[in-house]
Amino acid sequence: MSVVHASAEGGEGGFHTPSISDFFPSAILFEGTPFQIDRIWIIRAVITIALLVVFVVAARRASLVPGRFQSAIEYVLDFVRVQIVEEILGKEHSRKYLSIITTIFCSVLAFNLSGSIPGLNMAGTARIGLPLVLALWVMWSYWAAGIRKHGLGGYLKNNLFPSGVPWPVYIILTPIELLQILLIRPASLMIRLVANMIAGHIMLALCFAGTQFFIVEAGAAMKPLGVATLGASIFMTLFEILVAFLQAYIFALLAASYISLSLEDEH
Amino acid sequence: MIAASVTTVGAPALLAAASEPQGRDLFIPATYDLFWSAVVLVIIAVVFAKWVLPPFLAVLDERTAKIEGGLEKAAKAQAAADEAREQGEALLTEARHDAARVRDEARQDGKAIVAEHRVKAQTEAARIAEAAQRQIDAERQAAAISLRTEVGDLATELASKIVGEELADSAVSARVVDRFLDDLEAQQSAPVGSSGTVR
Repeated sequence: MSVVHASAEGGEGGFHTPSISDFFPSAILFEGTPFQIDRIWIIRAVITIALLVVFVVAARRASLVPGRFQSAIEYVLDFVRVQIVEEILGKEHSRKYLSIITTIFCSVLAFNLSGSIPGLNMAGTARIGLPLVLALWVMWSYWAAGIRKHGLGGYLKNNLFPSGVPWPVYIILTPIELLQILLIRPASLMIRLVANMIAGHIMLALCFAGTQFFIVEAGAAMKPLGVATLGASIFMTLFEILVAFLQAYIFALLAASYISLSLEDEH
Repeated sequence: MIAASVTTVGAPALLAAASEPQGRDLFIPATYDLFWSAVVLVIIAVVFAKWVLPPFLAVLDERTAKIEGGLEKAAKAQAAADEAREQGEALLTEARHDAARVRDEARQDGKAIVAEHRVKAQTEAARIAEAAQRQIDAERQAAAISLRTEVGDLATELASKIVGEELADSAVSARVVDRFLDDLEAQQSAPVGSSGTVR
């Protein structure tokens, strides 16, 4: 480790440790304005365009008997529809919230995967803005679902004053429940996603940087270590792809279950 | 870390963060980050809601309808086949019953016919036998009568020869001959028995 540190501090070509500044690349355009464009903006734009092109082309060509491409896309859409929306919300509500949950799942998945795509190397969800907007959208969805079903009073009563509880308990329960629907749910969604993606980027970057350093720049004695870090890089890449799917699934699943909780009758 | 975040609270901290990002900046969204994230998500959501999901849902619904229609059709065909089979079986059973009934009837008719013929034949045989018996009786009687006349004449002749005198009174002689013959008959019929039916 001391060798690594020495060379990291030593010169330009040394060991580049991934750092927080990776998530705040320098601006390309409109620096300092609310419209600032930087490397992560480009990554998000590329992913957005790719996602939309794939899905719109598939939708345009959608036919009764699917080909290979359509089958793959339908597999993803059916996964969301059957495993998440219909499973959590039931068939009768599924059509209404299918659009929200599908959009959330597909965009979270696509932006997560960009962390493992060579050249992009950064998840679009690794910077807080996107997970935050997604979490706010989920919060708005479950508030809207609850208010539409029970009215504002009914929704708040259902959630803040659940029946079957002796009234003194409300002193503790009600603030917790209020915090839950206002802050804890969206915050946990947001932080879970962004923290996973940040950690994933740092792990991957560390493995890649280590491999680069050991194989290219360090002395001959260090080269076997490069093989180990290369293996770790491959493993971490696969692991990050798994995490990308997993986090997208968890995000969509929780969004669906929050909406389902809002729709529930008094319990 | 805690000390750093405590000291960087406030406006100067934001400037410092711009130059050298801190750990907490990872969880504090910048305005431009939020803005572009919202833009990106709105675009994706609109495109998905308008151009991606409806075609897929339409295809899905159509496919479901086709499959359900196909299943329904298959069920109907199955039901029709079952019904046809049941009808066929019913017809077959009925035909079997009919055949058995016809066979029974034929058998009974045959029996009746045979019995009838047998009765007829028996009657006929009895009739023929009776007729024969009558003929025999008649012939026997005729024979007996002629025999009686001849025997009477012979006996009378014999007796007149023996006695030597002609019995002039034929009536008396006839009476004598008849009595004689009756006695003779009575003597004959007693041991034979069956000759009694001759008369």
